[in-house]
Amino acid sequence: MQTDGPAPDRTPASRRSGGFSRRSFLKGASIAAVGGPAGAAATAGGAILTDAPRDTGTIPAGQLREIALRVNGVERRVAVETRTTLLDALRDGLDLTGTKKVCDRGACGACTVLVDGQPTNSCLMLAHDAVGREITTIEGLASDAALHPVQQAFVEHDALQCGFCTPGFVMSAVACLGKHGKPSPATLRHELAGNICRCGTYGRIFAAVQDAAGRAGR
Amino acid sequence: MRVISARSLDEALAALRDATAASRVLAGGTDLMVELAAGRTSPDLVVDVGAVPELRGIRPVDDGLWLGAGTTCTELLHSAAVTAHADLLAIAAREVGAAQIQNRATIGGNLGTASPAADLVPVLFALGAQVALRSATGARVLPVEDFVTGYRATARRPDELIEGIVVPPRPARELRAFRKVGTRRAQSIAKLVVALAIAADGGVVTAARIAAGAVADRTVRLTTLERALFEGLPPGGLADAVAASVAADTAPCDDVRSTARYRSTVLARVLVRLLAALPSC
Repeated sequence: MQTDGPAPDRTPASRRSGGFSRRSFLKGASIAAVGGPAGAAATAGGAILTDAPRDTGTIPAGQLREIALRVNGVERRVAVETRTTLLDALRDGLDLTGTKKVCDRGACGACTVLVDGQPTNSCLMLAHDAVGREITTIEGLASDAALHPVQQAFVEHDALQCGFCTPGFVMSAVACLGKHGKPSPATLRHELAGNICRCGTYGRIFAAVQDAAGRAGR
Repeated sequence: MRVISARSLDEALAALRDATAASRVLAGGTDLMVELAAGRTSPDLVVDVGAVPELRGIRPVDDGLWLGAGTTCTELLHSAAVTAHADLLAIAAREVGAAQIQNRATIGGNLGTASPAADLVPVLFALGAQVALRSATGARVLPVEDFVTGYRATARRPDELIEGIVVPPRPARELRAFRKVGTRRAQSIAKLVVALAIAADGGVVTAARIAAGAVADRTVRLTTLERALFEGLPPGGLADAVAASVAADTAPCDDVRSTARYRSTVLARVLVRLLAALPSC
């Protein structure tokens, strides 16, 4: 497989040139507030509402290429650029915005998805590299009838404050329980160490996951 | 930016024929994706080797244990062969990032990036590892210390790929230790990292390899300390030998993660504690 074309902005163009939404408006507002070359470039291109701040405008827009991703058991087609991350493809291309974009540099775990069952920072993976892999996002956990046991336990334990880290924690917890069944507290802490909760609700998160592990065993 | 996703070693090597000094190899992406997102690198060509099957696998070879360059940290820490043969690598791999990073980060990527703060590179120095390089026109093997040539600089030519790493057989009675100091236990980049392997026979040190990371522009050997262990400690004992080596063999800097003073002070303490705990020293 060979793909050509520069692509500094990893937001799929389908999103940039597309319709108007709360999300794209907020992005535009943040550019307007920051100003600078990114904002200027976006204005010149007439796409002020949607260009991501990291687009310096020094590299021409990338070419789009359609790929097939298997997400939550369903094959989805999405147009991506060469350097579009799996995270951006999920959020902006497929509108699966449950996976959160926080640090965008592999430090916080908010973008954790399962790739072939393994917890992975989707911000550090190219969308191209996810072709042929089984991707599970937070949207894929609940059935129509019920939340996933980990989700249910998070609700019952009130294991969140702002909730922005929650999808990533839930995905890491699901992977941990899949691997260890009933993890010891030390194992659980080790497996969840790649996720950060800035509100500091770790105690409730650990309690919720332990509870979910117990339920799965019953 | 041109991206070529290779599906085989031959495809990867063919793609690298066009590589320049500005080209990059992408394996697990845990370094390069961060650099790309931050705009710190603008490669003309990215050769993605993450799906190359020939780069995977851990197997015994004549001169030790072969670790395919694409071996992930998760694979290192779950491998019985690594635990038996190169336990320091498994211990260090457990401290790279956290589960999400360990599932993607590769040993070849850690070595190829050659960050001075790399966690696995000091271990490869301590174990006396060899680096197997391959290009479309040939193959060569280099000692890991000759492979790392400077700040994020290596002896790899643009057309070459790290194919694997060979860890020599574990000598009898070799004592090994690893210590990473970061902001917290998980998910931190090292303020300093130490790996050592010391062989002793009847209380006499017969071989010593002591390496440290994040205390110079590249991973370094603490040769002054190694020599003192062979030739006898100075009158001031271990602490003096360590202090002399930290002064002579390291050149720490102030940066976002730590200060030169902290690094020198803590490196000396870590070394004294690790060595004092070893039965032979």
